[in-house]
Amino acid sequence: MSYSLSHLRALEAESIHILREVAAEFAKPVMLYSIGKDSSVMVRLAQKAFFPGKIPFPMLHVDTTFKFGEMIEFRDSFMRSIGAELIVGTNHKAIAEGANPFALGTAKCCALLKTRGLLDALEAGGFDAAFGGARRDEEKSRAKERVYSFRDEFGQWDPKNQRPELWNLYNARVDKGESIRVFPLSNWTELDVWHYIYLEDIPVVPLYFAKPRPVVVRGGSLIPIEHNMPLLPHEKPEMIMSRMRSLGCTYCTGAIRSEADTLPKIIAELVGFRRSERENRVIDHDQEGSMELKKREGYF
Amino acid sequence: MSETIEDFLARHETSELLRFSTAGSVDDGKSTLIGRLLYDTKGVYEDQLASIKNSRINRSTGSIDFSLLTDGLKAEREQGITIDVAYRYFATAKRKFIIADTPGHEQYTRNMATGASTATLAIVLIDARKGVLPQSRRHAYISSLLGIPNIVVAVNKMDLVDFSQEVFEQIQRDFAVFASQLNLPDPVFIPISALEGDNVVSASPRTRWYTGPNLLEHLETAPISTIHNYKDFRLAVQYVIRPDLDFRGYAGQIASGTIRPGAPVMVLPSGRTTKVKSISTFDGNLDVAFPPMSVTLTLEDELDISRGDMLVDPASMPHVSRRVEAALVWMNQEPLELNHPYLLKHTTQQIGVTVTAIQARIDVNTLAEDQPERLELNEIGIVSLETTKPLFYDPYNSNRATGSLILIDPTTNATLAAGMLRQHRTPASTQSSVPLLNFEAGRLTPAERYARAGHLPATIWLTARAELVWNLERKLFERGCLVQAISDDVESHRLPEVARILNSAGLIAICSSGTDDAADLQRAEELVGKDKLFAYHPSDISPKDDTACNCIIRDLEKRGILTPADFASGEGI
Repeated sequence: MSYSLSHLRALEAESIHILREVAAEFAKPVMLYSIGKDSSVMVRLAQKAFFPGKIPFPMLHVDTTFKFGEMIEFRDSFMRSIGAELIVGTNHKAIAEGANPFALGTAKCCALLKTRGLLDALEAGGFDAAFGGARRDEEKSRAKERVYSFRDEFGQWDPKNQRPELWNLYNARVDKGESIRVFPLSNWTELDVWHYIYLEDIPVVPLYFAKPRPVVVRGGSLIPIEHNMPLLPHEKPEMIMSRMRSLGCTYCTGAIRSEADTLPKIIAELVGFRRSERENRVIDHDQEGSMELKKREGYF
Repeated sequence: MSETIEDFLARHETSELLRFSTAGSVDDGKSTLIGRLLYDTKGVYEDQLASIKNSRINRSTGSIDFSLLTDGLKAEREQGITIDVAYRYFATAKRKFIIADTPGHEQYTRNMATGASTATLAIVLIDARKGVLPQSRRHAYISSLLGIPNIVVAVNKMDLVDFSQEVFEQIQRDFAVFASQLNLPDPVFIPISALEGDNVVSASPRTRWYTGPNLLEHLETAPISTIHNYKDFRLAVQYVIRPDLDFRGYAGQIASGTIRPGAPVMVLPSGRTTKVKSISTFDGNLDVAFPPMSVTLTLEDELDISRGDMLVDPASMPHVSRRVEAALVWMNQEPLELNHPYLLKHTTQQIGVTVTAIQARIDVNTLAEDQPERLELNEIGIVSLETTKPLFYDPYNSNRATGSLILIDPTTNATLAAGMLRQHRTPASTQSSVPLLNFEAGRLTPAERYARAGHLPATIWLTARAELVWNLERKLFERGCLVQAISDDVESHRLPEVARILNSAGLIAICSSGTDDAADLQRAEELVGKDKLFAYHPSDISPKDDTACNCIIRDLEKRGILTPADFASGEGI
C-alpha cells in the first residue's frame, strides 16, 4: 500500500489543521467572508475541520454597499444553506457622509469602507483572530505573509517584524487589543482553488461565469455598470461576453472578455493564458507597492 | 492543447506536492534561478512579467531581471537583498512545488531554518567562480540539522567559467569533504546557469560531460515520502468535537504512522488504552489514515481526553519526559537566559519550560563547539530543557512532527527559538539487558496481608518533585498504611521491579522517576499489574503539594485501595 496524498489533499489537510488550531487556541475567532471563490473554499474547509459539528465561529462580511447585487444574494442563500452565523459590518457613518469611489477615488474609498469598516467590525466583535482567504501567490507582498500574521492594537502589519514560523507550530499569543490574521489558504494557488471547487462541487457566485454583461471599456479594463456609476462623456455601455476573475466592489473590479461559462472552461482559460487575477483590480495599481501599503494600514 | 481540460484535471488531481527550500549567498543568483524556474514553467503571470519589464530597476545584464519577480517588499526591491522567507509556487505536469525562498545573508540564519522546517528538499547554490564558501557550508549544516532528506548542490554561473568540468568537479570534491562531517544525505550535484537557462529545465548542450538530470527533472522525481514516518502512530489531539451526546471525536493531524478502525491506541498522559472505533471525515469514514492527513478519531471507550493529549500506538511508545535535550536555533535579539521561564509549544501542548544548561554551542561555519553562558541571535546550541509537564516526543531525526518545538517569550509573545529534540541519554527499560530478579515467595496470602495492612498493595507512579513524594509517603504512613517511596533518576527502569517486590509484601510503593519515560510506566504495568498501578502527574491535579496529595489519596479511596478516612477513623485507628 502506498501512502501518498495528492497535492490538493495535502493542502486540504494543512488548512484543516490551521482552522482547528485557531478554534482551539483563540478566545474569539471570526472568519472574514468576502463571498469570493477563496472564501467559498475556506468555508468548505471549515465545514470539514469541525464535521460532524458546526463551524464554531461566525462569518463576517464587510459590506461596502458597492458590491454586486448577485454577490449579496449568493451570500445570504449560501450562509443559510450551511447554517452559519453571519455578521455584516458596514461603515454606515462614512456612507451617510457620501463616501463612494466616484467622489473619493479608489484609495480613499477603500481606506474608509473596507479597511476602516473591517477594523471597526473586528473591534466591535472583540475578535482576537480573523481568518482571511488570501493566498501567497496573489501578489508580491503576500509572498512573505505568515500563516498567522500578527497585527498590533491598530490592526497594522509590520513586515520587518514578523514572528518566525516553523513546521506547523503556530504562535498564537496576543495581548489584549492585538490580534492575528490567519490565512489557511496561504499555500494554495488560483489553479488549486478552482480545481478544488471543481472536485468538491462547491457553489460560487455566478459572476465568475461568462455571459453577456453591460460594461464600459475604460483604460483597457471592462467596468461593469451598476450602482448608477457615472459615465465619462465619450463612454457608451456595451453588452460584452465577460466574467469576473476576482470579486470586489463593482467599480473596482474589472471584468475580462471570456467565453468560459463552466468550471472546466474557467480552468482551461486559467492554464491557457496566464494573467494574474488581481490585474483587473484597480486598487492594486493605484500606487507603486500599493498592496503592501494597504496591508501595513490594516487591509487584508 | 491536445488533451481535453477534463484529462488535464484528472492528471493534475493525482500530482504530488514537493516543498523545497533554496538558500544562497547575496550574489550567487538565487533569485534569478527561482525567477527562471517560475518563468520556464509558466509560473509567472504575463502582467507580472510586464510590470518587471517596465520597472526602473534592472540589475541583470539580460532583458528581463528575473530576480525582480521574487523580491516582494518595497525595501528589498530598493536594497536588492531578500530579507525574509518568501514562498513561491509553480506546477508541472508531475508535481506542484512550493519554494521557501530564504535569504543567504549572514544574520538571517533564522530564516533559513524557517524555510528548511517544512522542506523535503534543499537547493544549496554555489557560485562556480567562488567555490564552496562558509555560507554554502552553513546552508548544508542547517539543512542537515532540520533533517531535509534530499540535498541538491546547484553549481551556478557555469557560463562564467566556460562550463568547465574541472571547476565543477573540484567544487563537488570540496563539498563532499564538508558533507562527510555532517549527517547529510548524499547530495546531487548539477552544473547550471540560471541566467542563461542551462540545465535548469532542459539539458544543456554546453555541458556534454554532465550526464545527470537537469534541475527540474530532479525536482520532479526526488522521493517525497521520506519526510514522513509511517511506522509509529501518533496523533496529538487538537480539538474535541462533540456536536451531541452520541459523538465524541478527537480531531488532529496524523503526525506519523498509520491508523485503522479497530487498532489499539494508548492515550498519553493517562496511559489508558482503547481501540479506534472510526476514522470520521466530512467525506465519510476511512479505512486507513496516514500522515499528513487531518482526521477525527472516535474511540471504543469513553475516556477523558482533551487538547494536548496524544494518541499513540501502545506497541511503539514515544518518550515521555519533563527533562529533554534539544538542538536550538536562537531567533531573537534578546539572548537565551538560563533558568528563565519561557513557554514551549510542542505538538498541541503549550507549557512552561526553562533551559537548565547549554551543553554546547555549534559554530555553523566550522562546526567547532564551545560552551558559552548565553545563546545569541542566529546561534545554534545543544541545550537541556525542563518542562512543567511531560512531553510526549520522539527524536527529531526519526519523527519531525513529534520532535520539533518552538520557544515563546511569555512577556513579549515573540517566537524565540526553534528546537529539534534529541535522543534521551538514559536507555529505555525495554532495551535494558539486566535480567529480572527471580525469587520464590513465602506462604502468606494476599488476603492475610490485607487483613494486617488495612489496604491493598499498590504502585503509585509519580512525576513530581522529591518533596511531594516524601509528603505523600508521610501522609499515607500517618494514616497507618505500609508504604515505601523509591526514587531513582538514573536507573528509573529498575523501579518497576522493586515496586513488584514491595507490592508482593503488601506495601504501597511510591515510584518517582525524573526521566518519566513511558516505557518505564509500561514496564511497571507489566510487572505489578494494571489493577495495582496508578500513575499521576501532580502538576495536572494541583500546583500545591498538599492538595495534590489529598487528591491522590481520595482517588485511591475511590478505587478501593484505601478504606475511606472517615470510615477508617470510625474503626478507631
